[in-house]
Amino acid sequence: MKKSVIILATGAALFAGSTIAAENPIAARKAMMQNVVQATKMGGAMLKGKMDYSPVAGQLVLRVMNQASLSFGTLFPKGSETGMETTASPKIWSDMGGFDKALVKFQADTSAGFMKVEDLEFFDKDAFGEAFGKAAANCKSCHQEYRVKKN
Amino acid sequence: MLKKLAILAVGLGVIVAGFLWFLSAPSVLEADRLAKLPDGDVANGEIMFWTGGCASCHAAPKSKGEAKLQLVGGLGLKTPFGTFRAPNISPDETNGIGGWSKGDFANAMLKGVSPNGSHYFPAFPYTSYARMTDKDVMDLWAFIKTLPKSSNKVAEHDVPFPFNIRRVQGLWKILFFKPEPVMTIANASPEVLRGQYLVDGPGHCSECHTPRNLIGGYDYSRWLAGGPAPEGDEFIPNITPHKTGIGEWEESDIAYALESGFTPSFDSFGSSMVDVQENMAKIPAKDRAAIAAYLKAIPAIETIKKKKK
Repeated sequence: MKKSVIILATGAALFAGSTIAAENPIAARKAMMQNVVQATKMGGAMLKGKMDYSPVAGQLVLRVMNQASLSFGTLFPKGSETGMETTASPKIWSDMGGFDKALVKFQADTSAGFMKVEDLEFFDKDAFGEAFGKAAANCKSCHQEYRVKKN
Repeated sequence: MLKKLAILAVGLGVIVAGFLWFLSAPSVLEADRLAKLPDGDVANGEIMFWTGGCASCHAAPKSKGEAKLQLVGGLGLKTPFGTFRAPNISPDETNGIGGWSKGDFANAMLKGVSPNGSHYFPAFPYTSYARMTDKDVMDLWAFIKTLPKSSNKVAEHDVPFPFNIRRVQGLWKILFFKPEPVMTIANASPEVLRGQYLVDGPGHCSECHTPRNLIGGYDYSRWLAGGPAPEGDEFIPNITPHKTGIGEWEESDIAYALESGFTPSFDSFGSSMVDVQENMAKIPAKDRAAIAAYLKAIPAIETIKKKKK
């Protein structure tokens, strides 16, 4: 009985998750982009000394960015070109190959600074700064090509 | 009677045409100013080069690193007036500008006039560069002369009638070519004045950030308050200190954004501003701070967006 409830609940959760992404990919990618924005803001604040640096926080910032890089590929399906004041450029769909390449680079650059939990003591502020700089450069290069803020 | 009227109309037409022809004649720098053009300093020229964003149009599109210094030309600017193609301005004697004199370069930058005496289209932002000092223009020239030569031949502009008549630019210039400072800021510090010079002169920020009328003239009452992009269908942000602009940014935020490409909310710059920012990252930090100081000192203006269709 207990088991079946858990299975049901898990199933419902999975279903709910896929529903958001499948039925409203624009909302899903906007929410994911906001996660990246907040994570990047924390990373920047730590590097600028406005917040205390911790290796755990630094590592999680990279993990959030990497998570997004792995998900964006499914969140720009055909049919989600317009609506909800999306700033996605039509170029995403006319140049899908280039967009995919940018995502592969984003994945590689965000995971380059990954460390195992047991090694985190070595993940000092300089190491984070280097990994974060590389990861965050992808925001600009991708927005340069694939985002338009319209009239 | 009708015949007389017709002759009168034709006669008037000829007089008006002659008058317009006279008015639209290109004017160049006076002889004594040309004679006094100083020798250039390469190091400051490089600062002017990045501030002026020369490479953004004159290097091959999407160039990075060293390729930014190869001013091969060829970028097409698609505007409502046609497609303008950035020329080769490498120091190649045949297809670049290596054969120019100091005076030729000064007339191009400060008067918008080519060595053969015709008007440039203001897609080349001489409307802003004209606010530069003779010294900075000559420093830039000295720097450009050190860059690699390219024999690339760029195609002609693709601009339809009547804008393809260069003399029409002369009339446009009478209306809109105003090299004097746009505003006077009371009690401006030297830093603010330096920022004003960089923003409205070499930086030519207003070329995109100030809205234009139907024939491409500035709306001076809305200086740097944003508007539809001169190219494409984007909206260029308001960078005045109004809350609908960047009023909530601190000076250090503006300087940091120009250095890093990140806004205070940690959104990143996008579109053509990425290239501008990467140029600005190469100028001295005190110049980025000066730009920030000026942008906080100008009048705050509310953003106006046209209603969506």
